[in-house]
Amino acid sequence: MSVREFPLPDVGEGLTEAEIVGWRISVGDEIAVNQPIVDIETAKAVVELPSPFTGRVTALLVAPGAVVPVGTPILAVEVSDREPVLVGYGVGHEQGRRRRLRGANAPQQGGAGRVESAAPQQEVTRLVPPGKPMAKPPVRALARELGVDLSRVTPTGSHGDITRDDVRRAASGNASSPAPIAARPVRGERVPVRSVQRQMAQAMVRSMTTAPHVTEWVDVDVSATMALVKRLRAEPEFADARVTPLTIAASAVIHAIRRTPIVNSSWVDLPDGSAEIELYPFVNLGLAVASPRGLVVPNVRDAGSLSLSGLARAITEVTERAREGRLTPSDSVEGTITVTNIGVFGVDGGTPILNPGEAAILATGRIVERPWAVDGALAVRPVMQLSLAFDHRVVDGASGSAFLADVAAYLHRPPH
Amino acid sequence: MTEDVIRLLTPEGERIEHPDYPLEVDADLLRRLYRDIVLTRRTDVESTALQRTGELGLWCPVLGQEGIQVGAGHAMRPTDYGFTTYREVGIFQVRGVDPVELLHLYRGVTHSSWDPRRVGLGIFTIVIGSHALHSVGYAMGIQRDGADEAVLSCFGDGATSTGDVHEAMVFAAAFNAPVVFLVQNNQWAISVPVTRQARAPLATRAAGYGIPSVRIDGNDVLAGLAVTRTLLDRAREGGGPAFIEAVTYRRGPHTTSDDPTRYRDEAELDHWASLDPLDRLRRHMERVGALDPEFVAAVDAEADALGELLRETIRGMEAPDPLRMFEHVYAEPHRQVTADRAAMADYLATVETS
Ligand SMILES: Cc1ncc(C[n+]2csc(CCOP(=O)(O)OP(=O)(O)O)c2C)c(N)n1
Ligand SMILES: [Mg+2]
Repeated sequence: MSVREFPLPDVGEGLTEAEIVGWRISVGDEIAVNQPIVDIETAKAVVELPSPFTGRVTALLVAPGAVVPVGTPILAVEVSDREPVLVGYGVGHEQGRRRRLRGANAPQQGGAGRVESAAPQQEVTRLVPPGKPMAKPPVRALARELGVDLSRVTPTGSHGDITRDDVRRAASGNASSPAPIAARPVRGERVPVRSVQRQMAQAMVRSMTTAPHVTEWVDVDVSATMALVKRLRAEPEFADARVTPLTIAASAVIHAIRRTPIVNSSWVDLPDGSAEIELYPFVNLGLAVASPRGLVVPNVRDAGSLSLSGLARAITEVTERAREGRLTPSDSVEGTITVTNIGVFGVDGGTPILNPGEAAILATGRIVERPWAVDGALAVRPVMQLSLAFDHRVVDGASGSAFLADVAAYLHRPPH
Repeated sequence: MTEDVIRLLTPEGERIEHPDYPLEVDADLLRRLYRDIVLTRRTDVESTALQRTGELGLWCPVLGQEGIQVGAGHAMRPTDYGFTTYREVGIFQVRGVDPVELLHLYRGVTHSSWDPRRVGLGIFTIVIGSHALHSVGYAMGIQRDGADEAVLSCFGDGATSTGDVHEAMVFAAAFNAPVVFLVQNNQWAISVPVTRQARAPLATRAAGYGIPSVRIDGNDVLAGLAVTRTLLDRAREGGGPAFIEAVTYRRGPHTTSDDPTRYRDEAELDHWASLDPLDRLRRHMERVGALDPEFVAAVDAEADALGELLRETIRGMEAPDPLRMFEHVYAEPHRQVTADRAAMADYLATVETS
């Protein structure tokens, strides 16, 4: 008898991780080859995985709700020694050949789980990384900066690697082990955090903890925008698009970027500790959409190259697909700036959080009739509030304000 | 499913006759068809499981389409030649493709799966529709050789939207080439429904080229056999090209990377599951007393052995030497390939193998 582990496979041509949605088996169960054992959710699909082994389940190594990288052992099964060995994922002596650059700081072979195929006491032994402690280059750089000796740091990474937090803890003289999260009494109903929401949560934390946000507001009289929307809706060219004030706001953003291109850029940290700002020659305009699966931010590619009707159609198309849950993963990557319409929720303004990696996000508020001074007299005008958040590492107050004022001017007097 | 399709077996497994497509059926033929469908299905299920356990990069499931494929495969003579897509596992099975060889490609250890000359099938084509042209070219070659052969050209509903298929049909008609186009209308081209690509039944398109066409029940293995055989015979005898639209349904995902729940209604699946080609054949065999328990058990055992063989051989398969990819680009030495090979060898020398 020996114990075999099943490493999480890549079920979709180049995926790097998956969430364990739920186990269909329990420890102690006798399972057969090809019996469905677990449901996983990847960026592409929810799929059911079959067992590669016949045997008795000795451990479920990953809890439901957890997101783990491809290659992580998820299941341990005690099999009779006749059972063929899985090849290709770091199991046993039949290890497939792997290649790596000579002299490169190579990751440990089969890092996440090599299994002794004929372990005497049926136990699973992981290979202990020989020599150097495992840490990615930026973590090593951080350790150097903080004067931390990596060989004295307790790793907590999912591959037994040292994380930034481990280094910071070591630097603050608390190198032992992370403080356990105190068990909190359950007082309400606990709902697991699933993929889209988890992605949103990670993105928001990353953005808020890396980019210093500044938010500015301006109110704008959008009478002319409202009239324009009404006129365009009647034009045949716009027949198959949904024209809304958001369409004009998107056009305003693209227009204003021409004068203040810095808002359409990214702050890039380099491995050597220096940084660069990457200015984009195109605008991939992100749109925050509430989809059935949670908040998603698909983008319209090269929105600056589209005519107003093309832009209107592209926004209609991508937001509809988002609402129907039909986005593909490629829809939501490589955005360069984002617009979020919080007016649909009946509010005026807010302090939006940047889509990670982007330098600016514009929130458009509801349009309400307000008393408005026109030529020294009081009038009633449809007014919208714009809130712009920007990354103050990249954009200074003058540039951010100029951009916001340009967007407002465009909405006040659209040039169409 | 619409009722304007040619059918020799009802979904309940009742035999019906069609004046244009007579078919003599005995218990032995039924058993061979049954065995091929069961083994095709096992290859399919096992390959999906191998992909899901990380042993294959990709797999294209065939569940639901085995009826037309096994029928059409049996309609071919050994000397006939076929051109297919990735999904014709039933035809591969009938033509004697070794399923282990088939999976080499999906594991990424080779560029093609079999010796075309041995099985009379061109290597399967992933570039949608391009092999329709190869089919017609081959058929024109048969004409020039004066050979007693015909070509079966298989593609999907989506492929009919390509320019290559259009050109192939034009040439087939112009040269009266001995080719039968077999379109498996499985209702979907990845996430695009056939109704989006065609306002009229696909079979009606053939009239525009002057090619006769039929619409058949693709989940009826006997209709697939009878109609394809009749039209291949006709082509061999100089009658020219023909077009078959086999109406069926892809019950699985497009490939193992696809999630069909994102674009289609699960209720469709129940409907098509009730029209399953294997169930239909089984019901018919029970009616005519051709399905004894020993035979069923023997086929099941053969399928189990096939499953085990696939698991064991695929899992043990080593990746080939990367330089092998340069070996069969040209039959003779070629300057560019030699230079590329040397550059790759230089690169590999900078890489450690562990
Ligand atoms: C020329 C070309 N365009 C696009 C693709 C991408 N593609 C792969 S399969 C597929 C759909 C094919 O649908 P269909 O012809 O109905 O065959 P099925 O997959 O349904 O069997 C597409 C568009 C391709 N492989 N080749
Ligand atoms: Mg199709």
